[in-house]
Amino acid sequence: MLDLVASFADRSELLKDQFWQLTVDGLRIGAIYALVALGYTLVYGVLRLINFAHSEVFMVGTFGALFATKALGIEQGDPRKTGFALVGVLVFCLLVAMAFSAGTALILERVAYRPLRKRGATRLAALISAIGASFAISEAFALWRGRNAEGFPRLFQKTKSMFTFFDAEVQADHVVIIGGALVMMVALDQFVQRTRLGRGIRAVAQNADTAALMGVNIDRVIMLTFLLGGIMAGGAALLDQLYIESTRYNIGFLLGVKAFTAAVLGGIGNLRGALLGGFLLGLVESYGAIQFGTEWKDIVAFVILVVVLMFRPTGLLGESLARARA
Amino acid sequence: MRKWLRVLAPVAALAIVAAACGDDDDDDGDATETTAAGGATAAGTDTTAAGGGGGTATCEGIAIAFFGAQTGESAALGLNESRAVELALDEHNEANPDCQVEYKVFDSQGDPAQAPGLAQEAVNDESIVAIVGPAFTGESNAANPLFDAAGLPAITPSASNPGLSTQGWTIFHRAIANDDAQAPAMAQYILEDAGASTVAVIDDNSDYGKGLSELVVAGLEEGGATVAVTDSIDPAAQDYSATVTQIEAADVDAVMFGGYYEAAGRLTKQLRDAGVDATFISGDGSLDPLFIENAGPEAAEGAILTAAAFYSPEGYEGGEDFGSKFTESSGEAPGLYSAEAYDATNFILAAIDAGNVDRASILEYISTETFTGITKTFKFQESGELDGPPAIYASTVENGELVGVGQIGA
Repeated sequence: MLDLVASFADRSELLKDQFWQLTVDGLRIGAIYALVALGYTLVYGVLRLINFAHSEVFMVGTFGALFATKALGIEQGDPRKTGFALVGVLVFCLLVAMAFSAGTALILERVAYRPLRKRGATRLAALISAIGASFAISEAFALWRGRNAEGFPRLFQKTKSMFTFFDAEVQADHVVIIGGALVMMVALDQFVQRTRLGRGIRAVAQNADTAALMGVNIDRVIMLTFLLGGIMAGGAALLDQLYIESTRYNIGFLLGVKAFTAAVLGGIGNLRGALLGGFLLGLVESYGAIQFGTEWKDIVAFVILVVVLMFRPTGLLGESLARARA
Repeated sequence: MRKWLRVLAPVAALAIVAAACGDDDDDDGDATETTAAGGATAAGTDTTAAGGGGGTATCEGIAIAFFGAQTGESAALGLNESRAVELALDEHNEANPDCQVEYKVFDSQGDPAQAPGLAQEAVNDESIVAIVGPAFTGESNAANPLFDAAGLPAITPSASNPGLSTQGWTIFHRAIANDDAQAPAMAQYILEDAGASTVAVIDDNSDYGKGLSELVVAGLEEGGATVAVTDSIDPAAQDYSATVTQIEAADVDAVMFGGYYEAAGRLTKQLRDAGVDATFISGDGSLDPLFIENAGPEAAEGAILTAAAFYSPEGYEGGEDFGSKFTESSGEAPGLYSAEAYDATNFILAAIDAGNVDRASILEYISTETFTGITKTFKFQESGELDGPPAIYASTVENGELVGVGQIGA
């Protein structure tokens, strides 16, 4: 017991010592959670449905990014890209990953959800359909690509200490991941808040029947939410691969659980809640792993989720997508 | 002409068996002579290992099963072994037209949760007279009690946790040295060859990884080194930055990882990206080309991977020949434990060729007899461990390829 107390104190010391490094790591992890969480929250906001196959939308995106590098002839161990060539490669990979993810999300909506919706099936039926679709996509990739991880080539030099953030040395890929994620989040938020299509999404989220009477095409709005969720997941897929650099058929599972948790933590159905939940979960995991040991980080994260839900059953920002405003 | 042969062959074979059985009966009658006959049989089986026996063995409706991962995270090791089992059986069946031993496979995915169900299936299949496997420690703990209750003999080519031989399973045999031997050799390598005084020891929370890591920690502390970081990572997770941060902060000379190749590869990459250039050393679970695929060739460079076997069978005498046969039959190059699985299968086949065609007599044979394969001479102690001093070998990554360093800790 004394040993445990001593090691707990040692770990606190380490946590204090490495605080800013852990903060940067936590933000990087949280950025990916948040981008994927947006997909869960968008679909939930409009359909009141948890799209459990969203983790597979992410997984397909990672393979999209991998295929993009292959199409460009980039191999593991190739010289690093710099300048415009690098920007070009990143943009191309990003677009391909987004196209793969968004395509998967649209097909899912078409095949797994719309037929059920048209027949007026219960939400529970759609949930089962989601879980089935998730298994089907994942296993299809396992059969096609094999069950071993495939390496993703390194695209740019991950210079250690590109700059320092307080006393943390920040790697180049951290900057790209956190920066890229923030840009995408702001873009999505502005799209939903300010454009006509975004207004349609908010209208359907608020009251689908009334929105339909006002001339909103509900099928198109639903497709649009899946499309947006897919695009965010595709972006997350590329950013994730820049750091992890390997993918396989079940890469989405754990991440999907975490991203869903982030969405619930922030208040499901709420875009800004998903962002807050994602970053918060990333930070809590990062600090918790040091304070309690890596094997405890998930437990710490879920205990915090349960505690938050006890006091705020609708999550931290607990509003619906419809009422989320600037 | 062929028809005649088909009719005549079994008759001739029967006659031979009848003669052989008569001999056996005599031997059984005289206890002192059994050992001598055993020695002679073992000498005879050398030919089997080299290329297929005398062709006189007879048996019917029996099978040898491989038990281990064919799919899933850790399938590569399982496939290295199952392909060797198939090769040994093909060679045997070609040389012995009257003793066709069938190959069966139980794909556990390396998952202890699936092992009991599959083990029961194997036990219920009466044609299965012996098991090669289970390949990993976790599934061995789950499956071996069932095999033991049914008296179904097993030789594992790779499960290396020392605890397996202390469970009192009479059916358990291990074709390699256990982690008790691997861990001190790793500790000695870290202390002497790598010259490390502060070390981080990480595991993947598996029976195997935790067991190996704990033993290495004990060896390092005994040798006067400081174990500055101990941590467990989740092999299903992708991001190990919290562990990397701890290792980076402790400024260690060496990082030891107990676990399998995928997590080992990702951990190595993330360590190198964070600027940690400490020697990376891991055990047999990581000794696979997929370690390099996961780490990337640059991060993998110079990593030390140890095992109770050579990575490539070319290291063994007669291994060259085995390598080309293996590649020809399976279309893939042999890997870690391929040669051990081949030897284990041939030991069982030697028992069958000596007239033992049921579980009990095969168990008796492999538990008491001696067999010389391509990797070593096999003689099992009562616990199921090999007799004689254990051998541990190290490999490293050079220019993106696994190359042997040689025996360590001896």
